[in-house]
Amino acid sequence: MANPRTFQIQEISAHPGPVPGRDARREDAVCKYIDVSTCIGCKACEVACVEWNDHPFRETTFNDTYQTMPSTEWNYYNLIRFAEDQNDGNLMWLMRKDQCMHCEDPGCLRACPADGAIIKYENGIVDFQQENCIGCGYCISGCPFDIPKFHPKTKKVYKCTLCSDRVGQGLEPACVKACPTGCLKFGTKADMVQIAGLRAKQLREVSGFADAGVYDPQSIGGTHVIYVLHDIKRPERYGLPANPIIPPSYTYWKWLAKPIGLWMGLLGIVAVFFHRVAYGPKLPEPAPPAVLTGPREEIEAGRKETP
Amino acid sequence: MSVTAKRFDEKARGEFARFGTTRVGPGELLRHPVYTRILHWSVAIFFVLSLLTGFAIYSPWLFRWIAPLFGGGPRTRLFHPWFGLLFTIFFFFQFLNWFAPMAWKEADRRWMKRMRNYVTNEDPMEPDDVGFFNGGQKLYFWAIVVSAILFLITGLLMWFDHVVPRWSVAVSYVIHDIAALVMLGGFIIHVYEGTAHQPGTFRSMIDGTVTGRWAWTHHPGWYRAVTGRDPRDDYEREKRRQEEQ
Repeated sequence: MANPRTFQIQEISAHPGPVPGRDARREDAVCKYIDVSTCIGCKACEVACVEWNDHPFRETTFNDTYQTMPSTEWNYYNLIRFAEDQNDGNLMWLMRKDQCMHCEDPGCLRACPADGAIIKYENGIVDFQQENCIGCGYCISGCPFDIPKFHPKTKKVYKCTLCSDRVGQGLEPACVKACPTGCLKFGTKADMVQIAGLRAKQLREVSGFADAGVYDPQSIGGTHVIYVLHDIKRPERYGLPANPIIPPSYTYWKWLAKPIGLWMGLLGIVAVFFHRVAYGPKLPEPAPPAVLTGPREEIEAGRKETP
Repeated sequence: MSVTAKRFDEKARGEFARFGTTRVGPGELLRHPVYTRILHWSVAIFFVLSLLTGFAIYSPWLFRWIAPLFGGGPRTRLFHPWFGLLFTIFFFFQFLNWFAPMAWKEADRRWMKRMRNYVTNEDPMEPDDVGFFNGGQKLYFWAIVVSAILFLITGLLMWFDHVVPRWSVAVSYVIHDIAALVMLGGFIIHVYEGTAHQPGTFRSMIDGTVTGRWAWTHHPGWYRAVTGRDPRDDYEREKRRQEEQ
């Protein structure tokens, strides 16, 4: 992509004062805003997601709830989770749009052993490159939100792309475009965090949800999908981890212990090579005596080493 | 269990001896029968294949070097568990075949104490109490037994990662790696000792035989057990014979 700053005006002839827009910077990080308090569970976003990604029809599962299926699938990136929640004698229907959170520190990317199978763009979108995926499934265990899903036929893993193909063309993700209530918004991370903060404040001060807040977990450096929740103190009510973490085996172990292990292996090979050079072979005893015939130089060479 | 294993083992040895032969020349001893050799090479081949495919997935630096040998990343991933499973199966039979001579003895503790002498080629001959296998070989064998069990358990968890809990895959990943590194270290030493460091050893895995001189040098206890002669005496006699010539 061309540097957007290339055509920023640097100097202007006969212009009084500084160049307008000089040193203006573009906010690169994008974000999807989800306000669970205004979601009506209509599933328009689910349909839009399937449509835009051209996914085949998938049979739904009826579990006595208003949820389409138990979890997101390799061809169903976007799912409205439904929970009947009882709190202080109040019954609430909690609708939460579940999809990839596009973590600032993505556990899937940390866990992946295949070169180039998972990439993160400057704008924060985490995208799977299926042509490089080897189908090991480590990303599934690295994800704190249980999002990547294995496709048994192609043996590749799939998940929400935040419609990187649409965002690249300046469009909002398909789910955001389809949402009829405005509970989904898309924009820069800073803007979305600000709007979410305002909405949470409104819920606290006007709507009587004293614990309302913004879900942008800092344990993984924040996410590029943020929620406004009625109850930020207990995100588990919505099926969200309060403190999502990447398993240490994909962070410390992989990037510290692995190179050390490899160097030790290499050192082992070098060590046995030089052991052979320094100590020589262990011959069956008694070793046959050196045949001392031939020119004098060769006999000298056959003698035992002297310091 | 051990009786059943022994009976099975003898039967297998007999079956393999029907189509394979081991020619023992003058002054040579039979070290490994056909069955043992075929098992060993089956284990070795699938170990190396598992090691290569495994290390491709293990390290991003090795990935682009090794994965192409197996037809790319997805195939490397696809083959690795099958190679590993075959390694485990063949090693199980080798375990049945060898667990009796691999039993840890008092002599092995003494061997471990003077390992330094062994490593620096200090003594031309091994102590008289070193039998069919020495302490180092037994240590490597039992390390493989433990590693194979760990490989199998953690490997299955990682193979069926979509049906087991997420944390179990993350833990398995580390255990599998540590077991692989221990095995890599042991394997380097094992191959080195069997080839470059101890001439006359490798043929026991191809032809099944070793020379008498090799036997009294490296495994005097075993030499005494199979020939009924004293390894020291035979060594001295051979030495005198060489000097007379």
